[in-house]
Amino acid sequence: MSVDTAIRLTDVHKRYDRREVLAGISLDLAPGRRLGLIGPAASGKSVILKLVAGLEQPDRGNVTVLGAGLTGKREVELGVVRRRIGMLFQNYALFDFLSVERNVAFPLEQRGGMTAPAIADRVAERIRAVGLAGSEHKLTGELSGGMKKRVGIARATVADAELVIYDEPTAGLDPVTTQKIYDLLAADQVRTKATVIAVSSDVAALAGFVDEIAFLYNGAIIYRGPAATIADAPDPMVRQFVRGDLEGPLEDIRAEAS
Amino acid sequence: MIGERWVIALGVGASRIAQEVGGVVILTGQVVRALVPPRIDRRELVKNLYKMGNRSVPIVALTAFFAGALMVLQAGPFVKKFGATSLAGYGAGYAVLREIGPILIALMFSGRVGANNTAELATMTVTEQLDGLRSLAIDPVAFLVVPRVLAMMVMLVALTAMGDLVALVGASVVARTMLDIDWSTMYYSFVDNLKPFDFLLGIYKSIAFGVAIAMTSCYFGVAVRGGAVGVGKAVNAAVVAAAVSIMLLDFFLTYLVGG
Repeated sequence: MSVDTAIRLTDVHKRYDRREVLAGISLDLAPGRRLGLIGPAASGKSVILKLVAGLEQPDRGNVTVLGAGLTGKREVELGVVRRRIGMLFQNYALFDFLSVERNVAFPLEQRGGMTAPAIADRVAERIRAVGLAGSEHKLTGELSGGMKKRVGIARATVADAELVIYDEPTAGLDPVTTQKIYDLLAADQVRTKATVIAVSSDVAALAGFVDEIAFLYNGAIIYRGPAATIADAPDPMVRQFVRGDLEGPLEDIRAEAS
Repeated sequence: MIGERWVIALGVGASRIAQEVGGVVILTGQVVRALVPPRIDRRELVKNLYKMGNRSVPIVALTAFFAGALMVLQAGPFVKKFGATSLAGYGAGYAVLREIGPILIALMFSGRVGANNTAELATMTVTEQLDGLRSLAIDPVAFLVVPRVLAMMVMLVALTAMGDLVALVGASVVARTMLDIDWSTMYYSFVDNLKPFDFLLGIYKSIAFGVAIAMTSCYFGVAVRGGAVGVGKAVNAAVVAAAVSIMLLDFFLTYLVGG
């Protein structure tokens, strides 16, 4: 399906108990583009990813993904869109009752349409790509955090989805592995032309992977611009956050809020 | 002031119970919907049948053996006193098949299988594995809950039937070894006095108990909030809810069907 925007959020509001996490977010992302979301902890980055995956519903506003409206849809209807999405969760969300190999194969097995040998080949290629060859038969409980993350990446990318969502793809990985993973994700994206939305606390590495970066603060996107120049963004709060300065408007606003 | 606090506490408690009961009913509806037409992962079903059923056999057999033995031990002095040894098997069998067997086995099953099931599902929920399934367009109810519910229902019935037999053996062994009532007396006491309905009533009850244990254990597993503390609370709540449900169902089934 040809669509102008792969992701469109329109005036999206979301509350958890009394806390407003998203306060009228609007966001467009064209097909084939890579967008990074950054911001302080609990600023709503992961909530946006879950809204895009249809795992959460907005309290107000609309979410359209790959040309399909997700707002108010039933699970069965959401499932049709989710089949076109790959997602890496912040806490891996690996199935601990399955081996590494079966975790990666799971999306392909459930979708159907591929022979068992074709699935096996594809799974082996993904496991090699994330550097986990030899760990195919281990249960996920036997893996380190970084290895789990890499299994999650293999699972998210195994089906060549049209939209791939990465929640902290390199958290817990060393700098060399981080760069390898981002190179792999970039090569995958070039090959599949998938749209990518990613959240990461490692802004420098993320900036090397995505085209644009949006900065979230207090439930709103207060800046969006090219990733390459994020460290020199005109907004002083963004500059402070990216550079990791201890003093600046970000701290002043936080102090006022508390 | 104290009265007001009691009223508030009562209201909060009633509202929480209503919320939990409502949640169980909704989940039951989702399970029924997933069964029409059946969408069951066969691998999950077989795995759960084995894990929940086969591995429960030793503990259920042990419980049932001593339940039957205790019935005869308690009745022993009276049947001896009145010379009614031919009724020892009847008394023990009647109590075991209709009440003690189904209830004890269900409580044992709830503690072993139900609690484990809640802990597993709750851990999967807090580690986002259920969201992981949903992100792959897989319904967690159809994939995880339905096989567990079916496995628990089928296996509790099977374990109850097996437990009934073991309990009668236990009763006979104690009658022979401790009360000097011979095997044939016990055998004819069972065969001549017990009716098929005595056995069937226990089986009907075990079906109801199986549904109650399955639904409460699954509900508290998928509805968990928070991390490890939440998992602990969910297991506790599931065991309590299952025990209360078993007692209530037993009372009403006995009153309505087994009088």
